[in-house]
Amino acid sequence: MTVIGGGLVGSAIAWGLARFGVQPLVLDGADLDLRASRANFALVWVQGKGLHAPHYAMWSRKSAEAWPILADALSDDTGLDVGLLQQGAFTFALSDEELDNARADMETIAKETAGGAPAFEVLDGAQTRQRLPHVGTDVVGAIYCAADGHVNALRLFHALHMAMTKRGAAYRPRHAVRTIQPVADGFVLKGDDFSILSHRIVLAAGLDNERLAPMVGLACPLKRSKGQILVTEKCKPFLSCLTATIRQADEGGIMIGDSEETDTSAIAASSEISAVLASRAIRVFPALADLNVVRSWTGFRVKTADGVPIYERSERYPGAFIAACHSGVTLAANHALVVAPQIAASRLDATLSAFSAGRFNVEQTS
Amino acid sequence: MSHRHVSTADSLLAFYDLLIIGAGPAGMAAAIEATRAGARVVILDENPRPGGQIYREITRNVPAHRPYLGPDYWKGKALAEAFTGTNADYVPGATVWSMESQGEGVEKGNCVVGISLGGVARMIEASAVILATGAIERPMPIPGWTLPGVLTAGAAQIALKSAGVVPQGPIVLAGCGPLLYLLATQLLDAGVSNMTLLDTSDPNRRLAALRHLPGFLVSPYLLKGLTLLLKAKRSIHIVSGIRSLAIVGKEDVEGVRFTTARGHETVSANSVLLHQGVIPAINLASAAGCALKWNEVQRTFQPASDEVGCTSARGIYVAGDGAGIGGALAAEVSGRIAAITALSNIGTVAQHAVVGKLKRLRHERRRYLRGRAFLDVLYAPQQEFLTPSDPQTIVCRCEEITAGQVRDAIALGPPGPNQLKTFIRCGMGPCQGRLCATTVTEIMAGERGTNPSEIGTYRLRSPVKPVRLAELARLPHRPSALMAVTGRDPVDHHTTNKETHHD
Amino acid sequence: MLNRLRDLRDPVHFSFDGVPMQAERGDTLAVALLAAGVNHVRRTGISGAARGPYCLMGVCFECLVTVDGVQNRQACLIEVDDEMDVLSQQGAPSLPMPVDDGEGSKQ
Repeated sequence: MTVIGGGLVGSAIAWGLARFGVQPLVLDGADLDLRASRANFALVWVQGKGLHAPHYAMWSRKSAEAWPILADALSDDTGLDVGLLQQGAFTFALSDEELDNARADMETIAKETAGGAPAFEVLDGAQTRQRLPHVGTDVVGAIYCAADGHVNALRLFHALHMAMTKRGAAYRPRHAVRTIQPVADGFVLKGDDFSILSHRIVLAAGLDNERLAPMVGLACPLKRSKGQILVTEKCKPFLSCLTATIRQADEGGIMIGDSEETDTSAIAASSEISAVLASRAIRVFPALADLNVVRSWTGFRVKTADGVPIYERSERYPGAFIAACHSGVTLAANHALVVAPQIAASRLDATLSAFSAGRFNVEQTS
Repeated sequence: MSHRHVSTADSLLAFYDLLIIGAGPAGMAAAIEATRAGARVVILDENPRPGGQIYREITRNVPAHRPYLGPDYWKGKALAEAFTGTNADYVPGATVWSMESQGEGVEKGNCVVGISLGGVARMIEASAVILATGAIERPMPIPGWTLPGVLTAGAAQIALKSAGVVPQGPIVLAGCGPLLYLLATQLLDAGVSNMTLLDTSDPNRRLAALRHLPGFLVSPYLLKGLTLLLKAKRSIHIVSGIRSLAIVGKEDVEGVRFTTARGHETVSANSVLLHQGVIPAINLASAAGCALKWNEVQRTFQPASDEVGCTSARGIYVAGDGAGIGGALAAEVSGRIAAITALSNIGTVAQHAVVGKLKRLRHERRRYLRGRAFLDVLYAPQQEFLTPSDPQTIVCRCEEITAGQVRDAIALGPPGPNQLKTFIRCGMGPCQGRLCATTVTEIMAGERGTNPSEIGTYRLRSPVKPVRLAELARLPHRPSALMAVTGRDPVDHHTTNKETHHD
Repeated sequence: MLNRLRDLRDPVHFSFDGVPMQAERGDTLAVALLAAGVNHVRRTGISGAARGPYCLMGVCFECLVTVDGVQNRQACLIEVDDEMDVLSQQGAPSLPMPVDDGEGSKQ
């Protein structure tokens, strides 16, 4: 078995496979390839997920619920504490329109999942400040959901790599797969200076899935989605609450994020985006104003055309599987504990059929 | 005529023909050249006064008060006076935290530079930017190098030049390279005694350096070097053949333990001054997207640039030590070359009019660079001081990451330093890898038995220096940026179907 | 620690952790502190180790101090001034507000 991609999705699946007795080869790209795994916001998040896709809402909830198991298992394998904290989170609105939109989405998701999605509360400005006295007066309200949380995503990445290696996965960096050729007993994976025959393969190559999937009878239509994050110098614990766009990492730095640019392929951070991110963060928490920003970074989400993950086994080449999503942190528990065992057994459960890329063809023809 | 001293962000123009970063010899010379040609020039510098580190406080110092600084230092006086006489906008105390350029090539660019001045951030545009950011000292990670009382040799020299202050004795200077001996003689001339110099240069290097001896024999370095060596040897306790070093002390420097062929020794110290050469300050160039290349002789990454200072990024030029170590006189000439090149590329001066001048300047620079290769090879740092073998030695001072942790993470096989950084936070602190990047690259190259050019270095992003959140927040909010963050068009409040979660 | 080669000609009066100190006008704050006998300016937020100025040229971020209420300023890049109120930093700085008790997140 070969897993193509050593990011959060690939390494979670590889570790999951290894725990079920399949020691995979993991092929990964170069140091400066686009890597959402190094640029994410580290949320274990369910709030607002799965609008018009109730199966995705429930899938996210399932993973969030399984996360403590993942965290414990990783700690057992590596001794690393990935800092999972699931104590609920807020999404702040800086205008009535923002609050109305957020509320409408949450209500739709609740209806579409027949109440299956985690419960939420809608707070007005006064109620928000009653719970969080340091929230600025520009905040007109918030959504609160007790099911949300966060982790230290970089330590998670480290832990997954340690754990998969420890369990016998073989990791090969700088092995970008250029072509995949189906052959009688598997697939020939070719790169610049290697050629590997593998009986079964898992495409977990992030953005590169879009290019690789058609080589094995799969599809992975993605759209461009660039995010940018600011991080401040460390300060003593300040944010005991978690928010969708502002969080304090366990090391002390405060991360400020949530932008989406759909029209650029440049990796550079934009100072114009930084300005808006900074301004909104200060409006939410005025006390942040004097902190220094020490870094910014950008990343490209692995975002499918409808924002919902793709999990599929190739019909034409049944030894090929694909996993693509932009929620590599939230869904890490599902990937390691649910998807990997199914891949190890060479069959995907019927509950995953709704995540097949076939849905895009249906939309195109209707 | 005198330059316009700019001290507030709002008194900067919105646009300049040429923006220069760094007011050392390269930056000052570039400003002189460009203003002479009629360009509208701004020069930004972090320090309170011009001169860079080499000519630190040159505008205020006089030989009578600082006789120990030596003739090379006073050469900066004329340059600084000429610079003061230009009509450039001079901006001391400025932090440049971002730089964006559009496209590749050398045509008229559209560079946008983020500046913080007096607590206010501002974006300034320029047709061309010259990075004259100078050098930093090569990190020298040894046990105890984070103790208070340990300074870089460069720091001691800055203190001497800028304030006429000297480290408290007993002093141990440790490391290698000409600056260490220059500093030792300057301190001697300033009346300091009780100095020990632990020379870490690799005796095996002498043979390798011989290949470059002919160049050295006709270089300006020869006489200077010999004079320094003789003087130092007469009056300072020098120990050669150092194989390992450790600074000892609990909360302050107490001494230095070292190993030679004769075994272990310890010398007591109140101040330790470390130095093993200088490397280009590349953070801004790297964050601006300029391609970097590995310089094997100087063992450092530097911005890839051609003979006239063009980088891979449109409108961005490099000059001086920031482009590759060449010393102050070569820096001055390269500043002029970069300015002429930039102005001819943006059309301020005609290309054909500067061909002869560029040729003469390049010839002049070659003369100043003669002998450099000999010194570079002779004083190449010993492996032990590039890649500390003691696992407890701190590599990343900001995040307190040790050599052992770096090696453990490398054993997991990350594709390069950037992945390593995310695994263990090495290079993630406020200095942004300035004090650990070269060490991490060297350790990784050593562990993998490959060359640092195959390993690469950290990719940097703005802000390259910390900037207050409130300053960023007060920058203009463009509709496209508001759209990207809120998912709504700020003009017609049209709502898009934005669903983003960064997880 | 640094020793001055000449007596102060144009002294500046500032304080460090409440202790009155003098420096020469034009000195950077980092040099002023070292020359006034201050080696430690902060403790790290990770191990609590003592740190002091190291590079004196804006590169290493070891000389971070709180100046007139603004934390994490590079002492080597600012000039010392009369009545400057300089504080050492113990670990990561706090924001100027009480730590939220998190009641909202425990609903």
